Parts: sequence; structure tokens; C-alpha cells
Amino acid sequence: MHSLRLKALAEGLAVPVAALVIWQLACTAGLVNPLVLPSPAAVAARWWAYLAPLEAYDPAHGSWFLWLFSGEMLHDSVASLYRVVVGFAVGAGLALPLGLFMGSSDLIYRHINPLMQVLRPIPPIAYIPLSILWFGLGNAPAVFLIAIGAFFPVLMNTIAGVRHVDGIYIRAARSLGASRMTIFRRVILPAATPYILSGARIGIGTAFIVVIVAEMIAVNNGLGFRILEAREYFWSDKIIAGMLTIGALGLLIDMGVSRLNNHLLRWHRGLES
Amino acid sequence: MSVQPHPLEAVTQDAVPVHASLPSAASSHATPHIVVTGVDKVFPVPGGEVVALKDIDLTINQGEFVCLLGPSGCGKSTLLNAIAGFSHPTRGGIVVEGRKVIEPGPDRGMVFQEYALFPWMTVAQNIAFGLEIKGMARAAIEARVAELLDMLKLAEFRDRFPKDLSGGMRQRVAIARVLALDSPVMLMDEPFGALDALTRRSLQDELLRIWAATGKTIVFVTHSIEESIYLADRIVVLTYRPGTIKRDLRVDLPRPRDSASAAFNALKRDLSALVTAEQHRFEEVEMKGLTTD
Repeated sequence: MHSLRLKALAEGLAVPVAALVIWQLACTAGLVNPLVLPSPAAVAARWWAYLAPLEAYDPAHGSWFLWLFSGEMLHDSVASLYRVVVGFAVGAGLALPLGLFMGSSDLIYRHINPLMQVLRPIPPIAYIPLSILWFGLGNAPAVFLIAIGAFFPVLMNTIAGVRHVDGIYIRAARSLGASRMTIFRRVILPAATPYILSGARIGIGTAFIVVIVAEMIAVNNGLGFRILEAREYFWSDKIIAGMLTIGALGLLIDMGVSRLNNHLLRWHRGLES
Repeated sequence: MSVQPHPLEAVTQDAVPVHASLPSAASSHATPHIVVTGVDKVFPVPGGEVVALKDIDLTINQGEFVCLLGPSGCGKSTLLNAIAGFSHPTRGGIVVEGRKVIEPGPDRGMVFQEYALFPWMTVAQNIAFGLEIKGMARAAIEARVAELLDMLKLAEFRDRFPKDLSGGMRQRVAIARVLALDSPVMLMDEPFGALDALTRRSLQDELLRIWAATGKTIVFVTHSIEESIYLADRIVVLTYRPGTIKRDLRVDLPRPRDSASAAFNALKRDLSALVTAEQHRFEEVEMKGLTTD
């Protein structure tokens, strides 16, 4: 078991390590301009510098713990994450009840669906000019854009989830004496959660894409802002270090959401643990 | 040997014989429990309609175990669904316990072939569901659920989700969920149809044990002749389109029944002839449907 896992790890690492070696050799041999493509070693050094605290530890300025987390990257990550969370909460918070209504009432569906179909194909990024016009600069336009990015995946999946509830569960609940409200709360809602949660997962993914773009135009911190700022100074090593951080954070978020889904859907077929 | 039509008022009378032509073990104190009067059920289909049930008159007594038997498409499930209140007869009416059936309700517990357990609830939560709706106190629910888990030998599975149970176990949970409400009528729509023969037999025995202990009125839909003889007090054979009552016969074999006995097999042969004739009609019509389409 242990050796199998080691083998899998070795197989997975072989190609990336080879690529890094080739990349490093090309840079060391002077085949590429370091301004265009810095060496992996330079990127790693810059990544570390981005992560580490900017100043030496000074007890006069507060606790050691706070100092440890005073690096620029951690501040940027927290700022980006905060926008993702708030934007997603706003978008999903609106989409979920609307989706539940649209999924359970044909009347509401017929009235609202055409509008949603018209708005849905507009990419969140196309709202940038409007968001600046409406909200100026700062967190507000960023949250607005992220909310739009998260809104539609959650909405569409919630509608589909409610509409696809197997009729036999509703029949069983009715014959057990459940009222319409009870059926909605205890049958339709849980039966729709697999759809809703996969919508949420897509929504968070979209939110994470949108936050990077939003930070490039509206605010002056966050991971998206940082890599654009690095370009102004021709710090290509920092651009790549920032990109790697964005990737790592995205992966972490997705792993977290996936973990949460598996827990919430532990009853679901096809998710045997 | 058809059942005599009963006026709806018959429900209020104390003793109404099931059918005069046949001796009935329970006839001396038979109380009508489910009264189906003049029921037709017509389904619209593209380019016409299908008469699933026609002129069904059927009185089922308190505590009776009745099997509705017939080939696919004979309307036996349609009749059961009408008694359950899931669908409304096109004509006629159904009265259960003196009340006209308008919608599904906990007085008529339903066990489905597909189990219909809520997959997001554990075994214990599934069984407790109906009791919670009823507004029973937490402690009383716990006690009742424990009792049912014991009765159906499910105690060690109480915190499992349905996906982790075998088909037989799932159907035990579905039966427990219906029994929890202690409804006087239990409706069963081919409940053991998807189970293997051994599991099937053990659940049939389990069901008979529960029936004997609780005295419920059971209406059980099946297409298995053997199963109907093994279980029922009375077998109602339905015809294929339109669904009418072809034969209504009482099974007087002593219980527990021995499916190898001569009497059992004689009855099986008789019923087989009846059902096979309907099966042939079913196949003919299906074939015609294929060629005219």
C-alpha cells in the first residue's frame, strides 16, 4: 500500500520535474531573456519573498504570530478570498431562493426564465464598465462581478435539481401524511442538494476566476492586483509566483468545497467513500 | 363468481358478506373496510384513450389479505393507486373506513416496488418521518422506531443510509416506515418483485407474521400466482384492458401454506389458466400496437 502510493507519487512528479529541469537549464544557458521568462529558481526565490514578512521581527510592533502572517502574499490571499466569499454569498444567496421558486412553480418559471436566458450568456466580465459606473472603485464593484459569476450556475442547477426530484419520493411523503410545506422542506430540498451543491462548486470556481479580473481593475490589493502591478515593474518572476499562488489557492478552495460536498452527500449513490 | 356491487352506505352496516356465492371464513363478522364502487379509469393516450379499469366493484373486509393478480397492463396498480388516492377514478368512488378517498393519507400506508425510501435519511430517520409529521413527541418517536427496528430485524442498520442496504433490507425499512403510523390499511405495489427468490420468501413470511400480529387490511398487487396463493385470503384476478374483475376467489388453504402441497398446486393450475389467457390478450394487443404504429 505504502509503496504503491510512493510509486503513484513518483509517476505524477516525473513530468513536472523534467519540465522544471529543462526550464532551469534553458535559463542558466542564457537561451531566454530572464525578463520574459525567469528561471524556476528565481520564481521560487520571489515566491518565498512574496510569502515572507516584509520586515524583520520587532517585538515593539506586536505579537510574533501576527508578524509571521504579515507577508504580502498572505494579505493578498485573504483579500481575494474575502471577495470570493462575500461575492459568492451574495450571488448564491439570491440564486438559491429564486431557483427554488422557479423550480417548484411553473408560473414563476414561465415569467422569469426568459429574462434569465437573456442575461445568462453575458459573461460577468462584460459587466465591468457598468460595475465601475454604478459602484465606482473598491470592493463593491468586485463583489458585484463575483456575485454575477456565482449567480447563474447556482440558479440553473437549483432549478434543475428541484425539477428532477423523483416523483416517487413525493408520493411516498404524501402517503405518509406530509403537507406541501413539509414535502418542500424535507423532500424536495434534500433531493435537490446534489444538483445545488454541484452548482455551488461551479459558482465558486467562476467566482475565483472573476475575482482575479475584478482585482485587476477596481482595487489595489489581492492576488489579481498583485500580478498586474508586477507587470508594471517588469517583475516577471513575481507574476509567475503570483500565478502559482492563485492556482494553489483555487485548488485549495475546490478541494475544500469537494470535501464539504462529500460530507453533505454522504447518503448519495455513487459517492461511496 | 364476481363480487356484488355494494352501495356506499353499506360501509355503515355492521356485517356485509363479501360475496354470497362463496363461503367466507370471516363472513360472520366481516366489516367492509375498503369499498370500491363502479370505478372506471380512462387514460388519454395520443390518438385515443386506454380504459385501464372498467366497472370495478370490490369490497375488502377489515383484516383481509387481498391480492390483486394479473398480467402487466391489467390495471392492478391503477386500482391500487386509486385506493391510495394518487389518482382519481374517472367514474365511481372509493370509500375507506367510511371516508371517500380524495387524496393520499397516512391511513393508507403504501409500500412501493422501488422502495421509495428517502436516500438522504438513515434507516431510523426514514421510519421516524411519518411520526414526526404527525407531531409525535421525540421520546415517543424514539421508542416506536426502536420497536419497529426490532420487529423487522433492522436494529443494527439503524444509522445506515438506504444506499448501503440490500433490496430486501430496503423493503423491510419501507414496511417499517408504513407500520410506524399504524395505519389500518397497508397497500403494497409488487413490493417483492425486485427481490431474489430466497429474500422474497423470507419477506413474505415476515409480512404474514406482521399481518397476523397487527390485523391490518392488506391489498397486495402482484403478477406472481405463487405469491398470491402463498399470501392471500382472497385473490382478485383482473382482465387485461379493459381491467375488470375476472375472478374473485377465496383461498382457504391452512396457514402456514406449503407451496409443494397438492391443494396449493391445484389452485395454482387453475389460476394459471386464468392469468395466462389475459397474458395472451396482453401480448396480442401489444403486437398489434407495434404493427399499426
